[in-house]
Amino acid sequence: MKKKKSRNREKRNSREYTNVLWIITGVFALMVGYLVWFQATESRSVINNPYNARLNTFEERVVRGSILASDGQILAYTKVAEDGTESRIYPFDCTFSHVLGYADYGKTGLEDMGNFQLLTSNAYFVERFLNELRGDKNIGDSLVTTLDVDLQTAAHDALGTRKGAVVVMEPATGNIRALVSKPDYDPGKVEENWSELSSSRDSILLNRAMQGLYPPGSTFKTVTLLSYLREHQMDGSGYAFHCTGSVSVGNSSISCYHGTAHGDLDLTEAFARSCNSAFADMGRNLDVESLQTLSDQLLFDSDLPLSFPYSKSSFSLDEDDGEALRMMTAIGQGDTLVTPMHMAMLVSAVANDGVLMVPRFMDRTENYTGQLVERYSTETYGELMTAEEAGILQEYMRAAVENGTASALDSDAYMAAGKTGTAEYSSDKSKSHAWFIGYAAGDKPDLAVCVLVEEAGSGSEYAVPIAKRIFDAYYAD
Amino acid sequence: MVNIITELAKYVMILCLAVYTLLGFQLVRREEEGKRAALWAQDFLLFIMHLTGNGILYLSTGNEKVLCFYGMQVFAFLIFLLLQRIFYPRSDKLLNHNLLLLLSVGLLMLARLSFDKAQRQFQIAVLAGLLTFIIPWIIRKAGRLRDLYWIYGAGGLMTLAAVLIIGNTSFGARLSLTIYDVTIQPSEFVKILFVFFVAGMLYETQDLKRVAVTTCAAAAHVLVLVLSRDLGGALIFFVTYLVMLYVAARQPLYFLAGLGAGCAASFVAWKLFAHVQARVLAWSDPFSVIEEEGYQITQSLFAIGTGGWFGLGLGQGMPAKIPVVEEDFIFSAIAEEMGILFAVLLIFVYLCCFYMILNIAMCLKDAYYKLVALGLGTLMIFQVFLSIGGVIKFIPSTGVTLPFISYGGSSLLSMFAVWAIVQGMYLKRGDEVAENEKEKEQEQRKKK
Repeated sequence: MKKKKSRNREKRNSREYTNVLWIITGVFALMVGYLVWFQATESRSVINNPYNARLNTFEERVVRGSILASDGQILAYTKVAEDGTESRIYPFDCTFSHVLGYADYGKTGLEDMGNFQLLTSNAYFVERFLNELRGDKNIGDSLVTTLDVDLQTAAHDALGTRKGAVVVMEPATGNIRALVSKPDYDPGKVEENWSELSSSRDSILLNRAMQGLYPPGSTFKTVTLLSYLREHQMDGSGYAFHCTGSVSVGNSSISCYHGTAHGDLDLTEAFARSCNSAFADMGRNLDVESLQTLSDQLLFDSDLPLSFPYSKSSFSLDEDDGEALRMMTAIGQGDTLVTPMHMAMLVSAVANDGVLMVPRFMDRTENYTGQLVERYSTETYGELMTAEEAGILQEYMRAAVENGTASALDSDAYMAAGKTGTAEYSSDKSKSHAWFIGYAAGDKPDLAVCVLVEEAGSGSEYAVPIAKRIFDAYYAD
Repeated sequence: MVNIITELAKYVMILCLAVYTLLGFQLVRREEEGKRAALWAQDFLLFIMHLTGNGILYLSTGNEKVLCFYGMQVFAFLIFLLLQRIFYPRSDKLLNHNLLLLLSVGLLMLARLSFDKAQRQFQIAVLAGLLTFIIPWIIRKAGRLRDLYWIYGAGGLMTLAAVLIIGNTSFGARLSLTIYDVTIQPSEFVKILFVFFVAGMLYETQDLKRVAVTTCAAAAHVLVLVLSRDLGGALIFFVTYLVMLYVAARQPLYFLAGLGAGCAASFVAWKLFAHVQARVLAWSDPFSVIEEEGYQITQSLFAIGTGGWFGLGLGQGMPAKIPVVEEDFIFSAIAEEMGILFAVLLIFVYLCCFYMILNIAMCLKDAYYKLVALGLGTLMIFQVFLSIGGVIKFIPSTGVTLPFISYGGSSLLSMFAVWAIVQGMYLKRGDEVAENEKEKEQEQRKKK
């Protein structure tokens, strides 16, 4: 009897010890799990950082891999001379400059984003083994991008000698098919031209598509329109406005482009013909708070899902801001500033029924013989607006092509939609940036574009033709 | 060519450690008879790994001193095993092995990082081994050491207070005292006294008054450490006390209440102190402050991430980029060059030690030693958790050394002491078993 009691006591006694054991084991399991998770998912993006000096030592053992277009054309490769000196060659010279970036004098663009992959060799292991044995370098993996040579060339050529940016993106996947920023440079000669490039007044090295901040001009009317429609249960049929060519604001006035009097307008016409008077008037009565909410939803002032360095678009409007500023803001001439990339993402979301896909530059890595190493999946960022709202905006954008400022895009080969913009950026009203945001649907996956031409003139005159050349090139074959 | 050998060697080392660890977990449970073969295998793996690692170090540095240093280590290890066999034939071989394994990994990494520091660490290890050699005997024979608990408590507390007032400042914390050119970190030793103090207070009676008095004393310890800005130390004391109190009083409520109080206190500390906020920021978003508070942790993550599963190979990485890599951040250096797999296995070795210590605690009959074993095991494993969790960004870094591996005399000596005390208790357990059997025999004889 006594014995039994003592055994019971012993059992009870050891219960606490067992509990301590389990708690500690659990905590350690979590810690080890975290370490494994870190290595499996996080580590790659963490270590690909300019502060990580270790990556430089990789270059001593690996020949930097190639960067390829989506169809396999080589965009960048490293040539090893007989004496072992390496040089980075860019067969398309300036065409891909900003998106590829450079690798010789610091690293930018895809050369930076994919640095780790390019300096890692997944060649056949016997070969790697033999190379190590001989003391030879192994060949790094190739980065297959989502870029398309034809579209990039079309965009690059169409922009010509003007300064500006073009972003071409597939709304359904987020694939970036072309990304141009001008002025550009030859990525293979950055080191020798450094002093010239870095001191230039035109900020040649600035990737305008990602980091350039511009007033959105009339492209912002898309946002104003959505805000107005939300206030009216997505029904624009009750809208009517008589345009006399300008509206007065205090002691100044806002006028339509070239002072054109648009006459009687419904909402579709006001948008398609980009009537400043109508939208400025709309801005007068708009609920500031819901416009602010909408701009948050549309990723103004917020982080974008981009691995490139980028600038945040900014939007600010308060209840106490004067009527003039509200009206200017409604037509994209307030304090709002946007990047071309952000606008491309917005119009992509419209085209993709409200859902934004994370912009995707890298499709996969292959070893240098073309064997797949890793494929990067497409990622959904989230819904920027409801499918219904996107559908309605699509109709309005379509009207701008059918019967408005973007009518040059009317084509049999595809069905385009969009919004032009002519953004004044200084007190000199004759100077303006030309904008176009839009997309086209046809017998291939949809394509969204954002075109910005600095110091050019109106969107319909200078930006729309560039979009047209891109759509034509895409749907031509 | 050297690359290839380094490459192969790291797989050999990972494999050795994997098998070693597996055997270790089996040995925790197995009874005396089945142990021999597994123990021999562990001996073998231990020395193979040691040889491989040092061979690579020699190849990559070309430093002949490495070979000499290696020879000295092997000699010392063999002498250690021999002395154990002679004087403590019944000591736990698994704990001995784990001690040597952790030491050898630490010395290897230190020799790669700073040869001078490695040599100094080795000297301290030999000294510590000699100094602590007698401890198991004392534990086994000592009668009434447990009655002196108030001396342990008061002495420890006063020592901590002395550090707070006249200690040297390093990295913003007051941790050490310099006596005749020798700098020591008293809190490393006070930890052990603290465990004896708590065990002495709580092993017989756990009434409310006792618990209240002990808790106040423990809180005083923790408070002094917080004031010295030794957050890691404070946490170790706190958690060790909580666990001991919970087990002694068998009252989960104490544990939960303590945990709640700890969380509240941490929150208050975070609100009040800039140095706590800095550590939390370096943990929550290190990349936003990469040049300031986040520098160390991001360098540590670069090291671990770039090393990958199998590591860059000994001598192939850049662990020196991490500030304080020989002390608090040595785990990152190990992960970088020997691989995350190796590092994870090392964590398992620590867990294996902990299981063994807990096993000893559970088998002991003497309530006092049960608590001491539990306390020492807890403080060791929790220190491992703080150290590793901090450098991998699992928890905010608290600047704690990794037992037996990090560079540092006080830390090494105190861990040797912990280990020796645990060995003493293992011997005690053997004595208890023998006594038990004798009693049984006598009973049976009487019956006859």
